[in-house]
Amino acid sequence: MVVDSFKFLPRSFRPLYEGRGPFPGEDAPVWAPFEKRLGESRIALLTSAGIYLKRSQPPFDVEREKTHPEWGDPSWRAIAASTVAAGIGVAHLHINDEDLLADPEIALPKRQLERLASEAGGVVGGAVAEHISVMGYQDRSLDDWRITTAPQLVAHLEGQGADGLILAPV
Amino acid sequence: MLARWIEAAGIPTVIVTMMPSVAEERRAPRIVGVEFPFGHPFGMPHDLGMQRRILELALRVLAGAAAFGTRVDLDVEWPVPVREAYRSWQPKEASPIVRKLLEARLASPPRGEVGP
Repeated sequence: MVVDSFKFLPRSFRPLYEGRGPFPGEDAPVWAPFEKRLGESRIALLTSAGIYLKRSQPPFDVEREKTHPEWGDPSWRAIAASTVAAGIGVAHLHINDEDLLADPEIALPKRQLERLASEAGGVVGGAVAEHISVMGYQDRSLDDWRITTAPQLVAHLEGQGADGLILAPV
Repeated sequence: MLARWIEAAGIPTVIVTMMPSVAEERRAPRIVGVEFPFGHPFGMPHDLGMQRRILELALRVLAGAAAFGTRVDLDVEWPVPVREAYRSWQPKEASPIVRKLLEARLASPPRGEVGP
């Protein structure tokens, strides 16, 4: 089956996404070979669902977005692999968060990843201790993500010993 | 784009996305497409089998893709009628940017459908 990328998108949104091509200066292939065996590798997850830890982290700044609609909070949160669903909040004004709050695994399957890693003859070696959450609605230039957030995420992933990253935009 | 910047720093990435054709246009290195409503890249809440299947596919593509631009689409139909799923992923209140665009359109009569 070939996935229809626009099946669930309002028609008026389609031109915002379709046929836009690469971002300026982002045409060239980028490639980091996956060199280890998967069964010996440590994997990290990244969600753009605006997930945060209710007890210890501020939510993504949706209040500012309400007064500056072209802006989205470019910061990020580290989400411990051990976090339970009840500890998770969602700050994202562009999706219905009911299913995410009921089961954050639909965007950040950290327990499923742990399960795969813990099985005998595991598919995957392990998971990082702290996964990554961002809020996917960003200003068009993506300057804050590119200049500030991305290098921080790379440093975090290196510190966590990640051999690969699964990104799941919502 | 995060995928490209992180990949460029030396960490292999795969993107699990509802919009794989857009990820291709944006030149993501490895892509898994899912035909699911937004907010649900790993499937239905509490459906461990579906979540596992997508995660395993993502891991296979991450570790096994031979070349830049590899795309694999998941062969799973969303188990909720399209109209219902189309409505239910959208926020109850229009987002600030959509509200702003709607207000701008009020000046000139809209044609066709208007977003959430």
